[in-house]
Amino acid sequence: MNHPSELKYTTSHEWIKEENGIVTVGITDFAQDSLGDIVFVNLPEEGDDVEVGESFADVESVKAVSDIFSPVTGKVAEVNEELADAPEKINEDPYAAWLIKVSDVTAYEELLSAEEYEKACEEE
Amino acid sequence: MKLVFELGSRGRRMSILPECDVPEYVPGNERSTKPRLPEVSETELARHYSELEDNIFGLNNGMIPLGSCTMKYNPKINEREASLTGFTDIHPLQDPDTVKGCREVIKETEDALCEITGMDAMTLQPSAGAHGEFTGLLTIKKYHDSRGDNARTKIIVPDSAHGTNPASAAMAGFKIVNVSSTEEGIVDLDALREAAGPDTAGLMLTNPNTLGIFDRNIKEITDIIHEAGGLCYYDGANLNAIVGNARPGDMGFDVVHLNLHKTFSTPHACGGPGAGPVGCRAFLRDFLPKHMRSFSCNFLVVVRALTYIKMLGGDGLADVSRNAVLNANYLMSLISDKYETSPEGVRFMHEFVITMEKMEKEHNVSALDIAKMLDDYGIHPPTMYFPLIVHEALMVEPTETEPKEMLEYLSDSLHKIYEQSITDPEYAHSAPHTAYITRPDEVKAARKPVVKYAFE
Repeated sequence: MNHPSELKYTTSHEWIKEENGIVTVGITDFAQDSLGDIVFVNLPEEGDDVEVGESFADVESVKAVSDIFSPVTGKVAEVNEELADAPEKINEDPYAAWLIKVSDVTAYEELLSAEEYEKACEEE
Repeated sequence: MKLVFELGSRGRRMSILPECDVPEYVPGNERSTKPRLPEVSETELARHYSELEDNIFGLNNGMIPLGSCTMKYNPKINEREASLTGFTDIHPLQDPDTVKGCREVIKETEDALCEITGMDAMTLQPSAGAHGEFTGLLTIKKYHDSRGDNARTKIIVPDSAHGTNPASAAMAGFKIVNVSSTEEGIVDLDALREAAGPDTAGLMLTNPNTLGIFDRNIKEITDIIHEAGGLCYYDGANLNAIVGNARPGDMGFDVVHLNLHKTFSTPHACGGPGAGPVGCRAFLRDFLPKHMRSFSCNFLVVVRALTYIKMLGGDGLADVSRNAVLNANYLMSLISDKYETSPEGVRFMHEFVITMEKMEKEHNVSALDIAKMLDDYGIHPPTMYFPLIVHEALMVEPTETEPKEMLEYLSDSLHKIYEQSITDPEYAHSAPHTAYITRPDEVKAARKPVVKYAFE
């Protein structure tokens, strides 16, 4: 499974990337593989507040609906609108198919490196 | 097979009506085009429905061990009672004094369900389980509002809950707080204590839970919520495991919903009329919503449930849950040499969960493949990929109405399937080989469902 080393991860299977104070959040390769084919993504709106550990979105696969938890506290600066019509992009390339970009970040969840995350996945 | 729209021809009818001798009145807002309805003869229609029936798998065909759904047999006497003309030939708007018998059925059912659950008041209005949950949550909300206690905005839901619980709570305007389970599969008391507080409106719990485990700390759980000022809601989806032997009211629950189509043997139908009665303790009686639907209830469903209750009586109902638990545990003991339960080494009630995680990793045969293979043995697949806390889950609930021989047949089938999966994974991936529909495109069905016939 593919978990790029330049990203940080959460135990609840989100990845994050920080650039110039903006945090991009998506779900990991392990997450998309476990979920199976994704058929629907419910995303927040620009300007919404997100909070560490709180659900900010949900994805529906042929198996189940799952909450996506925010790894940071901040404000939603941008939403990947493309996913509304093409949720399968998450299955195809989970690291290109980001969900939201967050600004005004004030708090972070304890984040894992790629190596630590893979270890956590093995234990699941 | 053909759709009904593809049968018949223009103008074909089933009955010959006399010429209309009532003056025609045109209201002026009629549609400009006539609706395209199927136009078939009675012969064609009867054959169409028979063909549909031939291609459907129901309880009259074989076992449906769908965990959490309690697909028990629907006794034929229920149908006989529900077809009595005194029950069928009535109108919801007729003078209540002319339907005293029907009102008596409603009252008797309410009283019986109160006694069974340990509640003081019951409404039969909700039309299904989730509708019942919504009704129960509105009751809880109204109670807190009546006390001016507006800070109670959160509903606690364990991670093993039915998906409808958080959904109903969100619909009723609450925020959801998730509480994790222990390794044993029951509520983590420390996590619950941490979650409960002045913002807790209530807790929603299924007991036994979706893993099929009875939470032995139930009194402590309801005490924690009550001490925090919240109310306890019992999701009655799994009442079949305890009916006649234990009561939610005695466990400390304040509000209960029941699924008459599960524990009380009314048909599950296909989204057809259901009933999700809601009961509550006396202090909540006045907060039960009065109008959750038009008229009183899905009455003929209630007739069937009351028939079931009366046929069995109190002792019979107690046997129902004993046998449901016995059947599940017998089946589990038969297959546990090959199939791993989750969690392992605990005592299950009326259903149990197996995990195909190892099979999936080692042989690339998933829970879905196993479920599909069962089709070829004339058994409906169990519930798949639920509860969410178990990977590659198959949730099995035989119910009390399956005879011992059927449980043994299911066990034999599962043993053969296990061997087949290891020796011939390709066969597993292409199963079922005998069913009418084999592997529909689930992604397309979810994303682009076709629900309307497209005329040429």
